[in-house]
Amino acid sequence: MSKKSDISSPDNFLMLRAMVGIGALCGLLIVSSYEITLPRIERLRAEALQEAIFKVIPGITQTRAFTYNNGAFVPANDESDNRIYAGYDSLGVFKGIAINASGQGYADVIKVLYGYDPEKERIIGFYVLESKETPGLGDKIEKDPVFLENFSAMMVELNEQKTALVNRIVTVKSGSKSNSWEIDGITGATISSRAIGDIIAKSAEQWMPAIYKHKDVFKDIKNE
Amino acid sequence: MSSQATDIETRKSAPSSTDEFIKGLWKDNPVFVQVLGMCPTLAVSNTAENALAMGMATAFVLLMSNILVSLLRSFIPKEVRIASYILIIATFVTMTDYAIQAISVDLHKSLGAFISLIVVNCLILSRAEAFASKNTVGKSAMDALGMGLGFIMALASLGIVRELLGNGSFFGIAVFPEGFQAWIVMILPAGGFFTLAAWLLIFNVIKQRGAKS
Repeated sequence: MSKKSDISSPDNFLMLRAMVGIGALCGLLIVSSYEITLPRIERLRAEALQEAIFKVIPGITQTRAFTYNNGAFVPANDESDNRIYAGYDSLGVFKGIAINASGQGYADVIKVLYGYDPEKERIIGFYVLESKETPGLGDKIEKDPVFLENFSAMMVELNEQKTALVNRIVTVKSGSKSNSWEIDGITGATISSRAIGDIIAKSAEQWMPAIYKHKDVFKDIKNE
Repeated sequence: MSSQATDIETRKSAPSSTDEFIKGLWKDNPVFVQVLGMCPTLAVSNTAENALAMGMATAFVLLMSNILVSLLRSFIPKEVRIASYILIIATFVTMTDYAIQAISVDLHKSLGAFISLIVVNCLILSRAEAFASKNTVGKSAMDALGMGLGFIMALASLGIVRELLGNGSFFGIAVFPEGFQAWIVMILPAGGFFTLAAWLLIFNVIKQRGAKS
C-alpha cells in the first residue's frame, strides 16, 4: 500500500494502520458507553426536570406535558419539543403552567423554568435549570433568596384583548423595584440578573397570551 | 533529593512498580511538584466535592489511557503517536463524561466544560508520552495510579481549603457558626491561585527541611 518508501520517509501503511485501528477501537468504545449510559441519563434528566416543575408550581403532586401545535395545545408525547407542563394538586385542581425559557447570560446560555398561573395572571415560581454564571457573583440568580422572592407572586397582566402583556417584564437596579412587573436586580450580578429579566420577558410575551386564550385546555383533571 | 521532577526517563532503569506508584504521591506529585494540569486544578477546585470528582475523573482517564497506550506501544509508529494518544485520551474522556452524567445531573452541571477539557490536560499526555509509551502495562498502570492519586490528593487539598474559607462548609456541610462572613474571593479564580501558592509554599518548606536533615 505504501507508494514510495525512501529511507527517511515513514511507513505510510503502519501509520494508516495505527490511526485507523485506534480510531475504530475508540469509536466502538464511545458508542458502547453511550448506549449503556443513555437510558439512565435520560431518566435522571427527566427526574431533574420533574423536580424543577414541582419547585416552580408550589403545591402540585402531578404534571401533564402539553405542546403548542398549529394554534392549539395538545397533550405532548415523548418526542414533541416546545413543551410546557401543567401542574395539578392531589385533588386534580389545576395550579399553573411550567415554561422553559433560555437566553444569553454573562458566561453562557442560561436555561430557566418558571411557573405561570393564568387564572391569577402571575408568575409563581422560578428555577435555574442550567447556568455557567460566575460562582459567588452571577450564580446568585440561582440561590439569592431576595432575588428569588421576585418570582413568588409576580403580576404579569395581559391587556384587555388578552393578546399581549400590559407591561414588559424588566430587571431594575437592586432595591428600586416599585411595580409588580419589575425584577429587583442583584448588586454584583447586574448582567446575569438582567439576562433573567430578558429571558422571562421574551418567553412571557410568546407564551402567556396563547396560554391565557386556551387555558380551559389545562382545566382540572380527574384522579385516575 | 532532586527537585527537578521531569527527568523521569533517566531514572526508569531500576525502580520497581511500587516505586512508580509512590513517586506520583510525593516526589513527583503532578500538581505540587510538576505543576501540571493547572487549568482544572485552579478552575474546579472551588468546592471539595467538585475537586474530588474532577480528580477521580482525571485519574480514571489517566489510568485507562496509560494502559491502552502501553498495550499499543509497539503498534503506534512514532510519527503519529501524539495524534494516537490524543484520540485514546479523548475516547476515555467522552466515556467519563457519559458516566458522570449517568451518576448525577448536578455533578455534571457543576463540573461543566472542564470534563471535556481533561483531553488537553498535559498531565495525561505527558504520562502517555514520557512513561506509558516506554514501559510495560503493569508499570504504566502503577505509574498512572500513583500520579492519579497524587492529583486527587492535590485537588482535594485545594478544594477543601477553598470551600472552607469561601463558603464556610466542608463537603457541603456548614462548619462555621452563623454569621461567618465567607471569603467569596476564595471560590473565585483568584482564590485558586492563593490556595495553590500556599500549598506550594508548604510543600517546598517541607522538602527543604527534608533535604537539610
